[in-house]
Amino acid sequence: MDVDTFRSRRGLTAAAVGLPAAVIATAAFVYLAFPPLFDAFWGTTCGAIGSWLVCSTFLQHGFTTGVLVGIAAPLVGAYVVNRQMALIGEALAHTAFGGVAIGLVVGASVEWLNYPLVFALVAAVLAALGLQYLAVTTDAYADVPLAIILTGGFAVGVAVISYGEGVAFGREIESYLFGNILFVPFENVQLMVGLTILVVGMVALTHKQLLFITFDREAARLARIDVWFYDTLLIVVTALVVVAAMQILGAILVAAMLVVPVAAAMQLTSSFNHGLVLSIVFGEIAVLAGIFSSYYLDIATGPAIVLVAIAIYVFAILNNR
Amino acid sequence: MLPTSKMDPAIAAENVTFAYDDQPVVKDVSLTVEAGDFLGLIGPNGSGKTTLLKILLGLQTPDTGTVELFGTDATSFDEGTRLGYVSQQSSEADTTMPISVREVVTMGRYAHAGLSPLTTDDHRIVDDVLEQVGIADLADRQISSLSGGQKQRTYIARALASEADLLALDEPTVGVDAESRDAFYDLLHELNETGITIVLIEHDIGVVTEHADTIACLNRELYEHCGTERFLETDALERAFSSARAARSTSAASGD
Repeated sequence: MDVDTFRSRRGLTAAAVGLPAAVIATAAFVYLAFPPLFDAFWGTTCGAIGSWLVCSTFLQHGFTTGVLVGIAAPLVGAYVVNRQMALIGEALAHTAFGGVAIGLVVGASVEWLNYPLVFALVAAVLAALGLQYLAVTTDAYADVPLAIILTGGFAVGVAVISYGEGVAFGREIESYLFGNILFVPFENVQLMVGLTILVVGMVALTHKQLLFITFDREAARLARIDVWFYDTLLIVVTALVVVAAMQILGAILVAAMLVVPVAAAMQLTSSFNHGLVLSIVFGEIAVLAGIFSSYYLDIATGPAIVLVAIAIYVFAILNNR
Repeated sequence: MLPTSKMDPAIAAENVTFAYDDQPVVKDVSLTVEAGDFLGLIGPNGSGKTTLLKILLGLQTPDTGTVELFGTDATSFDEGTRLGYVSQQSSEADTTMPISVREVVTMGRYAHAGLSPLTTDDHRIVDDVLEQVGIADLADRQISSLSGGQKQRTYIARALASEADLLALDEPTVGVDAESRDAFYDLLHELNETGITIVLIEHDIGVVTEHADTIACLNRELYEHCGTERFLETDALERAFSSARAARSTSAASGD
């Protein structure tokens, strides 16, 4: 009893010190340590291979972001899919698109607010909290609130864009809708690095709690795990990952990266932890093979990644028979 | 956190009433379970046993009345390590989710570990209970591939792994074969001897009278709660079940 009290107090202190410390360390890494590391890695790779594929700055940004998306998205997806919430990513991405549209319009007139991805983050997190609220009040992540948020977010986006007809966002809008690997500015690569560190750290720390509420909410409540808190944490982190992955896959296809590698891994394993690792492996294969095939077949990268992932899924099912 | 004294009963419920919408399920139940008791909770189908048990564990909040667990209000009781529960219905995820028997049983240690990594002790305890419940050979199987009885034993193992002071079991042996059922009840008996409080819902009244020290008979209201020997001399069972029959025939007569 006394030991428990001590342990929970120690836990609280650790959280109070550790959380800001982790955020500061992540930010420091992203802004100070990451740019030289990035240059060193791609400089060496480019020197060794010397192909346009690894020497172009655009593709260096795209590859880096893609590899990180391939880690973060299936990692979060493993919990989300197993809670039968596969479409939540789609809903959040469409709301994020609404945020991007607002961000573009605002950014066009206010120079220092020209960060559409930040608007997307805010919109997606608000939508995530809204969904969580609806889930608590209506007692389920039913597909009706999902459908409403999905279409509502998208409607806002289209409405906002159509309003400012004088401002031309054509290419930018398209890149957020369908994703564009050649359109990832370095700030967004940095954002992706920071998000990936946060997501991996969060999952490493709370894996047990997330798994427990995914598998058996009642037992988790009995063990006095704060189910509401971890629900909210999971859905907010999902929103972050969706916005990050949207740059490459686009709002319409982004949910695939949360769902398809996980669905494939689930076919091949009888253990959740193995499935988690396998999901990330499949995510990476999909990203890399998708980028290469999009280059050699001259098709868009986002769809190529999704189609490779689905091919893996089909193989997994056939292999399982 | 207030220190709990040794004198506090494991469960103290006072005037607990609960209704789903307008349907009364539990009516004015007061019940005390002393630490170390083995309570059998019996009653006809639909008599509110499961709901009462959830209220006692703080999983549901009563409309009126109070419940204390080890001297603390049940809904704000936060020592998850002291509670173990085998529910009647297994979770929906166990038919779809790829998760191994060992991973499910390990969840029993999660409340102990909190945010820290599991220790070698935690893993040893999991190995021990897998052995104890006789599913060590199934440890790496996916839970959805198990039979109903094997699944149920997995959940029993998870509750045992939690090393709780209070074990609540809601018809834990449904679908479990007779032999492992007897072994399980012997194990409960042993655990109870070591001071663990047990609350058991079981439709097999023979099992309850054999193992429980005290019996509570419920049909929305509490009909009787006393020592097992005394209970067998009362007509509480007959009254509870006949009131259930009466209720059924009234609703049948009214064409409900």
